[in-house]
Amino acid sequence: MHSGQMGDELMTERDGMVETLIYTKPVSLTTGATHYCPGCTHGIAHRLIAEVIDDMGRRESTLGVAPVGCAVFAYDYFNMDFAEAAHGRAPAMATGLKRVSPDKLVFTYQGDGDLASIGAAEILHAAGRGENITVIFINNAIYGMTGGQMAPTTLPGQKTTSTPSGRDIEVHGFPLKMSEVLSQMDGAAYIVRRSLHDVAHIRKAKKAIRTAFEVQEQGIGFSMVELLSSCPTNWGISAEDALTWVEEHMVPAFPLGDYKVHESISARKKG
Amino acid sequence: MPKELLKGNIAFAEAAIRAGCEAYFGYPITPQTEALEHMSKRMPELGRVFLQAESEVAAINMVYGAACAGVRVMTSSSSPGVSLMMEGLSYIAGSEVPVVLVNVMRGGPGLGNIAPSQGDYNQMVKGGGHGDYKPIVLAPATIQELIDLTVIAFDLAEKYRTIAVVLADGSIGQMMEPAELPPMRELRQVAERPHWALTGAVDREPNVVSSIYIDPVEEEVFNLKLVEKQKQIEAEEIRFREMWIDDAEIALVAFGTAGRIAQSAVKDARENGMKVGLLRPISLYPYPYAAVQQVADKVNRILVVEMNGGQMLDDVRLAVEGRVQVDFYGRMGGIVPLPDEVYEQIEKTYAQRANGR
Repeated sequence: MHSGQMGDELMTERDGMVETLIYTKPVSLTTGATHYCPGCTHGIAHRLIAEVIDDMGRRESTLGVAPVGCAVFAYDYFNMDFAEAAHGRAPAMATGLKRVSPDKLVFTYQGDGDLASIGAAEILHAAGRGENITVIFINNAIYGMTGGQMAPTTLPGQKTTSTPSGRDIEVHGFPLKMSEVLSQMDGAAYIVRRSLHDVAHIRKAKKAIRTAFEVQEQGIGFSMVELLSSCPTNWGISAEDALTWVEEHMVPAFPLGDYKVHESISARKKG
Repeated sequence: MPKELLKGNIAFAEAAIRAGCEAYFGYPITPQTEALEHMSKRMPELGRVFLQAESEVAAINMVYGAACAGVRVMTSSSSPGVSLMMEGLSYIAGSEVPVVLVNVMRGGPGLGNIAPSQGDYNQMVKGGGHGDYKPIVLAPATIQELIDLTVIAFDLAEKYRTIAVVLADGSIGQMMEPAELPPMRELRQVAERPHWALTGAVDREPNVVSSIYIDPVEEEVFNLKLVEKQKQIEAEEIRFREMWIDDAEIALVAFGTAGRIAQSAVKDARENGMKVGLLRPISLYPYPYAAVQQVADKVNRILVVEMNGGQMLDDVRLAVEGRVQVDFYGRMGGIVPLPDEVYEQIEKTYAQRANGR
């Protein structure tokens, strides 16, 4: 199955007019609007995951775990079986699901507060165990749902509603770099950081998501794709400026790259 | 099955396996650790899932995940570990997935100690986690009852899509008694999993397991659904034992290990001519209020015995509604009362039976 790609043509007839759709919604997404703010990159991340699952023909054998945070309603947007976890516990819940459903693809979708703060223990041990799940980690350096407080990935000096003068490293310490941390786990098979700030980077992000799910499909181990994302609402800037801010401020602080690629993956890619 | 000499922790773990438990997630904590150890050996042998989690927080969320897939799943722990599980238990209650928890209680609060206690009565029976819910709570007094109630817990958890707790204490977990294990049940096939389970959306709309109802109106509708379910549980699942109540002038009410000790003391009192009865609640939720009330209608005075500061005592008072005087004897901190101590309390209550009403 191959859907949602540029070039797919679909003829539909509506109100007597013939429409030619060249860009369709992936089957792995539900129809209808999301609650995400204009300019937020959650929608892009959702779509990339859905396209990959469509491409792999796995919609009916994929189980998702939604986080607490802005993506709390992710189960409404993905057209597949889903569970809604407690804040930060998605990797533990996914572990339970995967262990009793080894034939399914199991993934979590988690923000930075969920994954790097309250759920730091669960993500670390899931990676350490080499839990055969895929984690999509949305890092936008701020708490979105609660209205813009400091996240564990908030940059030094970055203003948030709980660091009104900017994150003071003397008080709040430094942002956590989760891809770097988790890449140190022997159980981690594929840990990469990508960004969603422009089309070229979005394409690279999709490739990484595909690889991460393939790593799980082949039972190689724990896989995580960290996606640098924007939050125009809580950053208080326009959608366009937010993408620039990702590029100019987040990418230097959270360098893009492959932090852990299991040798069997790199061998396969070369081959 | 012939009787075997079984340690409590191993007995309930093996009973769970035979009841069809497909997955166990846990974290070591005294005095229940032998259950986890037994599972670590037996579950892989049988091709089932065992995983030692990084914490009780993770363990209960692994249980939650597996329960979402519609398998029979359990965990076991002891008081401080169960406190850590309260977040997950609330989510499980809010999602209506069936889960079995065995709590082998120990002395508290805080780190407390590893000796037997009944100090978690309120935490387990009244809900424990945030929000409105009540798990089914079953309290064994013997190893045989521990085995039987563990099997029943799996059936009730599934029947009502709820949490079913077996509330034991350190002495039941650690002691050995002859008991009979149930026969091995056949495991359910994947195709037989419940309709709501996350099994992959093949030829159906996706299933979502969630505890979120963002609209207060919907949340209240859900809360009311739980209340209706509780009414059914309260009507159908009350369990208790009565002894020597018919001609009793006073009665003891005690559960679990305290109930067993009370039984010894009451037996001695009977042998010495005192007309004493005993009511031992087995289901703590649903609580046998009507049975306690009927006892209160017959006797002149009631003595509640617990291994805590008087937690079930509140439920006895709710049932008695002032009909008779309710005395209390409790030991705390991991102290197990001796039958002689309880006997002395029976003598005191019995001596005042004329002015109990």
